[in-house]
Amino acid sequence: MNATTPPPKRKLLVATTSLAGCFGCHMSFLDIDERILDLVELVEFDRSPITDIKHCSPNCDIGIIEGGVCNAENVHVLHEFRKNCKILIAMGACAINGGLPAQRNSLDIRDILAAVYARPGRGVHIPNDPEIPLLLNEVHPLHEVVKIDYFLPGCPPSGDAIWKFLTDLLAGRTPTLGHGLIHYD
Amino acid sequence: MSNGADSKTFFLDEEEIPFEEGQTIIQAALSAGKFIPHLCYHPEFKPHGSCKLCTVRIDSRTVTTEDGQSVKIPGRAAASCTTPAQAGQHVESEVPEIQDLRRTLVQMLLVEGNHYCPSCEKSGKCMLQGLAYDLGVMEPHFPQYFSKREVDASHPDVLLDFNRCILCELCVRASAEVDKKNVFALSGRGNTKHLICNSESGKLGDTNLAATDKAANVCPVGVILHKRHGFEVPYGQRRFDMAPISDNPAQYAPVKEQV
Repeated sequence: MNATTPPPKRKLLVATTSLAGCFGCHMSFLDIDERILDLVELVEFDRSPITDIKHCSPNCDIGIIEGGVCNAENVHVLHEFRKNCKILIAMGACAINGGLPAQRNSLDIRDILAAVYARPGRGVHIPNDPEIPLLLNEVHPLHEVVKIDYFLPGCPPSGDAIWKFLTDLLAGRTPTLGHGLIHYD
Repeated sequence: MSNGADSKTFFLDEEEIPFEEGQTIIQAALSAGKFIPHLCYHPEFKPHGSCKLCTVRIDSRTVTTEDGQSVKIPGRAAASCTTPAQAGQHVESEVPEIQDLRRTLVQMLLVEGNHYCPSCEKSGKCMLQGLAYDLGVMEPHFPQYFSKREVDASHPDVLLDFNRCILCELCVRASAEVDKKNVFALSGRGNTKHLICNSESGKLGDTNLAATDKAANVCPVGVILHKRHGFEVPYGQRRFDMAPISDNPAQYAPVKEQV
């Protein structure tokens, strides 16, 4: 018998991170519940809060990013994802239009810091340790910094929306959501 | 083709639509149960023709070239809220190129204002959001404008959040035509155009607007909000959670006048 079994299909490497987000999208990701068992048949998690791997492997297939860009570290992480992931997905309202953090954009960053770190009777002490990432003057959506391939709206997108989106993508279809799954809140 | 005087119909996406003399394309379409996306159109008001969401293509032609190829000559694009229906007219609405144009218009509106749905009281019943859902708008496409706009909370019952204004003038028209109060107007031109209130201070609280006025209840987006009524309907049970905006087009049709 020369019959050869096809080589096992390589699992797609998926990296995820949260930038200026609240981790709500990641929590919603976990709302796919037991379907995560079907998912890990198809994908392997690389850098992600789920694995605690600190940096992306150079050959990631899909990068999923929650949150917008509000500080210098966010910019570095976003560039790392773009460099190492073939497909980049902006997940959730903050990644797509800056979301609630971007509501600070109409205010002066100095005024915000002064208001937050003012201590009655003790002046203003704005933390300036070099390890603390510098804030940007405005919060930006991801596509204003790097090329984004797909957008998954929602605050957060529901577990069902994330499942539909990812299964479409993994099956080679253009992800579509339709009524009930497409939400901006 | 129906050109007879007593059988007035036109064709919308190849479907025959009856109309009455004087009706616009959108009025006839909605009355016949066909949805055409719109924002500044309202069945109770004169057409405004500013949002262009209801743009349709009229009387495209197919011609045969000398080498025998069929070429489509696109018809004229027109706002269906201001264009009178005419017998025998062929109107294209739900076709990819028109839907693409509408999607682009919605994206431009979304980036021009500060439309943060998660914190908006109108979310779930906002026409702009409902249209964006229906058109499948997944991303803003354009850079966010991050316009700096104020909030006016001076009125005891009504809050104004200018961040979400799409300049449809429905409140302007309602206040002038129905309430006879002229509380609202648009001021400025181009990207400085904005909604203003008719009082010496410029504040809504110094106008004679009442929460029961038509103008206070006609905003299609989240600009004119009633205080103490935010988030009354839970997530999942709001208007566009239950049904898409294109559901039951007759709800947007002009009400028949009683003879």
